[in-house]
Amino acid sequence: MTVSYPTAGARRRLAALEPYLYSAPALLLITVTTLVPIVIGISYAFRNVMLLDPTSGGFVGLDNFRDLMRDGSFWGALKNTVTWTVSCVAFQFFFGLILALLLNRPFPGRSIIQPIVFLPWAIPTFLIGMNWSWLFNPAIGPLPHWAYALGLMSAPDNILSDPQHALLGPIIASIWWGTPFFAITMLAALQAIPSEIYEAAEIDGAGSLERFRSITLPFLAPTMVVTVMLRTIWIANSSELIVVMTKGGPADSSQIVASYVFTQAYQGLNFGYASAIATALVVLLLIYALLLMSIRQMMLSSR
Amino acid sequence: MRGSFQTRTIKWSMHYGVLLVYVAVALFPLYWLVKVSITPDDILYKQGTDLLPSKLSFEHYATVIGKSDFLLFFRNSIIVSGITAIASTILAMASGYAFSRFAFKGKFWIVGLMLVTQMFPLVIVITPIFSIFGTLGLTNSLTGLIIIYTAFNIPFATFLMQSFFDGIPKDLEEAAMIDGATRFKAFVQIIAPLTLPGIVATAGFCFTGAWGEILFALLLNSSASASTFPVGLLLYSTRATIEYGPMMAAGVLALIPVCIFFFLIQRYLVQGLTAGAVKG
Amino acid sequence: MASIAINGVRKDYGAVPVLKGVDLAIDSGEFVVLVGPSGCGKSTLLRIIAGLEDLSAGEIRIGDMRVNELAPRDRDIAMVFQSYALYPHMSVRDNMSYSLKLKRTPAERIAEAVKRAGDKLGLEALQDRKPRALSGGQRQRVAMGRAIVRNPKAFLFDEPLSNLDARLREQMRFEIRKLHRDIGATSVYVTHDQIEAMTMSDRIVAMNGGIIQQVGAPLELYDNPANIFVAGFIGSPAMNFIKARAVREDNRIALYVGATKLLGMPAPDRLPDNGEVIAGVRPERIGLLPSSEAGVAATVELVEPTGVATVVHADIAGQQLKLFTTERLQLDVHQPVSLTIRPADVCLFDPISGERLRVPR
Repeated sequence: MTVSYPTAGARRRLAALEPYLYSAPALLLITVTTLVPIVIGISYAFRNVMLLDPTSGGFVGLDNFRDLMRDGSFWGALKNTVTWTVSCVAFQFFFGLILALLLNRPFPGRSIIQPIVFLPWAIPTFLIGMNWSWLFNPAIGPLPHWAYALGLMSAPDNILSDPQHALLGPIIASIWWGTPFFAITMLAALQAIPSEIYEAAEIDGAGSLERFRSITLPFLAPTMVVTVMLRTIWIANSSELIVVMTKGGPADSSQIVASYVFTQAYQGLNFGYASAIATALVVLLLIYALLLMSIRQMMLSSR
Repeated sequence: MRGSFQTRTIKWSMHYGVLLVYVAVALFPLYWLVKVSITPDDILYKQGTDLLPSKLSFEHYATVIGKSDFLLFFRNSIIVSGITAIASTILAMASGYAFSRFAFKGKFWIVGLMLVTQMFPLVIVITPIFSIFGTLGLTNSLTGLIIIYTAFNIPFATFLMQSFFDGIPKDLEEAAMIDGATRFKAFVQIIAPLTLPGIVATAGFCFTGAWGEILFALLLNSSASASTFPVGLLLYSTRATIEYGPMMAAGVLALIPVCIFFFLIQRYLVQGLTAGAVKG
Repeated sequence: MASIAINGVRKDYGAVPVLKGVDLAIDSGEFVVLVGPSGCGKSTLLRIIAGLEDLSAGEIRIGDMRVNELAPRDRDIAMVFQSYALYPHMSVRDNMSYSLKLKRTPAERIAEAVKRAGDKLGLEALQDRKPRALSGGQRQRVAMGRAIVRNPKAFLFDEPLSNLDARLREQMRFEIRKLHRDIGATSVYVTHDQIEAMTMSDRIVAMNGGIIQQVGAPLELYDNPANIFVAGFIGSPAMNFIKARAVREDNRIALYVGATKLLGMPAPDRLPDNGEVIAGVRPERIGLLPSSEAGVAATVELVEPTGVATVVHADIAGQQLKLFTTERLQLDVHQPVSLTIRPADVCLFDPISGERLRVPR
């Protein structure tokens, strides 16, 4: 047998390089297609970039942001972002928690019911959007007729073309789609609670409500907090349902900031302005994240 | 403590009752999709809102498959999603393995970077990507979509693969390395076969992610020849005369690969979501 | 077959030293057991020999070759892991052939080597099974088989028996030993179980705190421990340690426990200034007599019959000690008894350094 004798340095250097070699391709791709564009995108916000105008591209300072301040649609979209995010997260969380609690203990039929109730999560967003816009469409969908029959609507109209309530459509679709996500996450956390703790509490005489309050909630709380925080950011950013269902309309009445960026880029071809809106969104989310972290810091230090 | 037979019965009926509502709500929109897709045109609007159509027909499926561009869109989607799934899984296996097995300088920052790209509002890259891809000739091309989808999928897929690798004892590749394998050989011959279910699940996640993406597909690939399925369907739905029947039939067809994948991987769901709790 | 030399090996994890300078020479064909409590550095040392960990300083030589820079695959050693680390997706045969396949050994030679190893270990009927279809003992055997097919320069064992139940462990102890006698391969065996160390080794290396405490044949460590750690670690039930006061009488000393005189013995070559020492006595070296007779007065605290022997817990002037007797004595709790200890059976230790206080012969 022949053995090559690499020098100590060569082998050490090669071994030290190994993890970088493994992660380099992924990193390179992310850098080129995400990090660099993020920087360019932010730079666009300070320039006049029109897609079909080759003379554009000059530096315009804060002009785009000045326009943004005067843009009623942007402020409307900002308000809608809050409505959209809060109602989606709150209802997904609420329904998801109930579902997780229902699925936590074994019962006959669980292995069939569980995949069915989780199925909405797997459906592609665009299809969910289209599916629900068909359901809201009085020509082929039952929902307006049901709402009319129940007296919730004065006529079986399409809610998506009603400027007052158009945002409700994507919100309902989002709740349908996102509830399983919360349920799955909470279920994972619930099943990590050792059953001995419940048994001990039961022997100590705790009723089921008391057990939920004193065991389930405290064990679940960290997962709940993390999931809600992350989902808030994610849902605030996700505009597919709105783009597919209402395109932000009618007349920007269901626009959120993220979908407004897309509409501006897609229809307006005004890339500078679209980037300014996106930059504003990034700043807002950063503020949100910083707020969360300082609240967390306060809670940790007050312990 | 256990309660009487009566209270237990009430408790369980409530349990099943509430679950039944969940099941009904989860299935109803999908049922409706299927229902409209098999309702023949002549009664579609007359009985539009009835729960059951009075007769069935597969004419819409024939229209979709025979007389529309949907086959082309379908093919494009399969190519884009398939290659995206393979490429992102391979790259994620490599980086996930590095995260799982090595402690190295800069790991903290690399992991942080991946997390941030998961959280960052990606709408901000829409405009620059369009400009960059435009100059590179990657708009209206499947390659452009594959590149961008692969990049977007990698962080999540990496964390997922890492969690699968973490479940494989280090002893195994150490044993292989003592048996005479290089680390890479041990990875390929020992570790990868053992994580095969995880690899399939990761590929499935990436496939569905690419299969359903619409924003970048809409912006980058507007020409029919390079449209993916979602774009085709959406553009179809905004025509002046909408034919709901064929559209829903197309929707059902788009659902099939997703459902197959879902029932294959649903037992990894909990692990998958714990690994990358960031992504929907 | 090759000797192994460990010269001044140090290992630090960041600022934490795990091995603080280890020197050891293992002869070709020798079976050496590294024993010590968890965290003593024995596994780290083994992994450094295998090449799975880099060392911070020092040198490892296998045969006459310095192997510091060699990857594990180039060191020509075999290792049996605590978890066995069998490849779950390969059959028993494939598990055992893997290393030979990597070396591009011709198929017929592989088949021959695998068969020979399988026969030796009683794995003939299991060749096509996957590891998950094997019992713990069978997996252990496959792990052994995987090591021996290669005919390596040395075998490394990392606590290979700790996942087996007591009965199987005893049997595998015997089999590994027998295998070693057949093959005669240099073996380094890590365990925290001092019985394995005693029964299997040619030489024991007792480690604690990243330092070798004592190296020697099993009975040498048992009868002549270098310090209080080795004395307490080797032997079960453990050696009794009695806090005593030594009073010098010419070139002899008398040991007192409180006011009770334990015994008189030749003085060691040095004594702490205040005369405080720790006297160590093996439980089986303490004699037990009915109360009235001459000896050290004690009372019975607890009696534990094990069948082979009876373990008696006794109290001497407030200090607990255990002793062994094979006689079926009728003993009641709190019954006064008298104990006899021969001076030659007493090991004296410095209570501060833990070092042995040697009695010149």
